[in-house]
Amino acid sequence: MAFEGLADRLQSTVKKMTGKGKVSEQDVKEMTREVRLALLEADVNFKVVKDFVKRIKERAVGAEVMDSLTPGQQVIKIVKEELTDLMGGEQSKIAVSERPPTVIMMVGLQGAGKTTTSGKLANHLRKKHNRKPLLVAADVYRPAAIDQLQTVGKQLDIPVFSKGTEANPVDIANEAILHAKEEHLDYVIIDTAGRLHVDEHLMDELGQIKNNLTPDEIFLVVDAMTGQDAVNVAESFDDQLDLSGVVLTKLDGDTRGGAALSIKAVTQKPIKFAGMGEKLDELEAFHPERMASRILGMGDVLSLIEKAQDNVDETKAKELEQKMRSATFTFDDFLEQMEQVKSMGPMEDLLGMIPGANKMKGLKNVQFDDKQIVHVEAIVKSMTKAERQDPSLMNASRKKRIAKGSGRPVSEVNRLLKQFEEMKKMMKQMSGTQGGKKGKRKKGMNLPFM
Amino acid sequence: MSFLKKLKEKFSASAETEEVSDKYKSGLEKTRESFSTKLNDLVARYRKVDEEFFEDLEEILISADVGVNTVMDLVEELEMEAKRQNIKDARDLKEVISEKLVEIYTGGEDTFKTQAPLNIQPDDLSVFLFVGVNGVGKTTSIGKLAYQLKQEGKKVVLVAGDTFRAGAIEQLSAWGERVGVDVIKHGEGSDPAAVIYDGIQAAKSRKADVLLCDTAGRLQNKVNLMNELSKVKRVIEREIPNAPHDVLLVLDATTGQNALSQAKTFSEATDVSGIVLTKLDGTAKGGIVLAIRKQLDIPVKFVGLGEKMTDLEAFDPNAFVYGLFADMLTDDEM
Ligand SMILES: Nc1nc2c(ncn2[C@@H]2O[C@H](COP(=O)(O)OP(=O)(O)O)[C@@H](O)[C@H]2O)c(=O)[nH]1
Ligand SMILES: [Mg+2]
Repeated sequence: MAFEGLADRLQSTVKKMTGKGKVSEQDVKEMTREVRLALLEADVNFKVVKDFVKRIKERAVGAEVMDSLTPGQQVIKIVKEELTDLMGGEQSKIAVSERPPTVIMMVGLQGAGKTTTSGKLANHLRKKHNRKPLLVAADVYRPAAIDQLQTVGKQLDIPVFSKGTEANPVDIANEAILHAKEEHLDYVIIDTAGRLHVDEHLMDELGQIKNNLTPDEIFLVVDAMTGQDAVNVAESFDDQLDLSGVVLTKLDGDTRGGAALSIKAVTQKPIKFAGMGEKLDELEAFHPERMASRILGMGDVLSLIEKAQDNVDETKAKELEQKMRSATFTFDDFLEQMEQVKSMGPMEDLLGMIPGANKMKGLKNVQFDDKQIVHVEAIVKSMTKAERQDPSLMNASRKKRIAKGSGRPVSEVNRLLKQFEEMKKMMKQMSGTQGGKKGKRKKGMNLPFM
Repeated sequence: MSFLKKLKEKFSASAETEEVSDKYKSGLEKTRESFSTKLNDLVARYRKVDEEFFEDLEEILISADVGVNTVMDLVEELEMEAKRQNIKDARDLKEVISEKLVEIYTGGEDTFKTQAPLNIQPDDLSVFLFVGVNGVGKTTSIGKLAYQLKQEGKKVVLVAGDTFRAGAIEQLSAWGERVGVDVIKHGEGSDPAAVIYDGIQAAKSRKADVLLCDTAGRLQNKVNLMNELSKVKRVIEREIPNAPHDVLLVLDATTGQNALSQAKTFSEATDVSGIVLTKLDGTAKGGIVLAIRKQLDIPVKFVGLGEKMTDLEAFDPNAFVYGLFADMLTDDEM
């Protein structure tokens, strides 16, 4: 029911366009309609979408497309450029105060992830910038919010300043800065309570903290799954506090994350970091152009390729790809490939970056669970050389032997064999040697381990 | 009788409903105001029903997170209906619009009996499992529901199944103290299934009426964590036939289209039977529950309207709709 990724849809539009050899205004209209839907599907604010589509339309009927030999591709390029532009080109740095400590205030709605992000940021400053941060527990409202920050501090071995729940957040913040000075700590990260942007009383409180401390950074922490309301929230916080940046959280989920775009568009404040998991080292610098791809459903190809390049042996990868294309991919190759993939990080993460991967039927049944990978390895290693080369040799007694050798149940061996076949099919589809569903050709991909 | 009049009548029917609708009126003030103001604006601006009118309507609904699929279906139907009934004046379409919106939720069934109460076992222990992504309000909703059930004279026990997030156990314990109910807990990092198991045993031996099970927040695309949740549910099933009696998916009203994916995946893992829609005291509308109801047929059972103990209300679709359209009723329908 859900729409296929825009990439897929654009693909068919593109096909139509290239067939014609000329892009008509009607084609552009159709295409911008698709773009509009895809962006709305991704939770980009409707006002932002409206402006965006208008700009695309203007460019797409211009000469750069009309005169191009590949007008379809040209249009995709324009969309991506505009989108990246909208997300904010360069990635920006974190402030350093001339008179330490540098003060960072974390603000946002309830449940956005402020406390976890405070911890991650402190960890990041220590690890990447060699700083000595102090975490400040200024959420005196939510039950056990202080406990949470203290636990995070303990896990990281980073000091936490707290005065219990009776103290006033403004006083807490003030004292924390004095404390940091005494202890020669150079960053102070203030974890404030979550609040609604329409709660005047609590928004005032933030204003007071700001006026008292004149923080160097005020970060709005936003859940990447936020819908249309993201603009209202960001606008209100920005009006009250003049934010210096945004941190997106929970980007390890499967949301398209259109809120990112909306927030950037209405506040013009840079998105500085992205939270990519619950662990305290899972904070990354934000990459606008990657986010642009993701919102359009093209997958985070750039990140994937980068990761692959870091970890994969080029020539081996070429070999594998060749085998896959010619459908001579065996369990031996599979094993080798798994070794490579394993060195790239958790499978789920990688999968999320493959364009359209979540939509592929074959892949849905193949569950990538890192513990399972160990089991799979055990099973493959219990196969004979011949079996690995030619899985069609498999019969009941062979399967039983493999099960025994690997310490896994026969049902699991069966499942793996089935999955292997499915995977082979899927690879063929993704490599473009064979049409995908409904016989439509997928764009060829040169992913080294695919 | 017009649909809106029928609705209004329904509301004055019983004092209890009146009370509920009052709470909704205040709690959903912003939702109602912005929605109906916009709709009124729209109607006033256009007068004529034309393409632009429908485009604007589309935008209003999209801005409430109703979702582009649902909206487009709806608008298409409206266009057809306008043609069929030969409606030219925008004001005449107002009623059809609200009617169709309600229909999405009720599926065209009896409009006035779509309320979904909690599946309480009258003479036995009722077990309710709370699931959802991080930060949506699971623990808070449990605290609020515990308070509500205790007010009704039930003996309630809470079990701290979130053994992962820092401070989560303390948070639930604080709610237990605040409400005055027992909390069963293990240490941070322990096996969630094991603590839930202990919770069940404790609830049984203490002869509790209700056991509310907290779980750690998890993003629905984490296969491991979703499997862990299925395991927790299986433990409950094994200990008590027919339990859990409700699996409540907690959704943050601020969430956009991803809420649909959450509903799908959590249902696959735990057979979700109802939704708690939180944070409706903000400006977000939670319109995605319409799509969830339409596509997955999961009803909303409660709404969260704030952070206080008393800020949980049973979801009443009629009241919800009334909240959305109250202004219009008083404008010219009455
Ligand atoms: N304004 C508002 N805040 C809420 C509501 N429900 C929960 N919260 C807040 O949202 C945050 C996350 O809630 P919590 O129960 O810890 O979420 P969990 O991670 O799902 O257990 C807390 O700050 C709660 O106080 C609600 O209905 N309205
Ligand atoms: Mg919780």
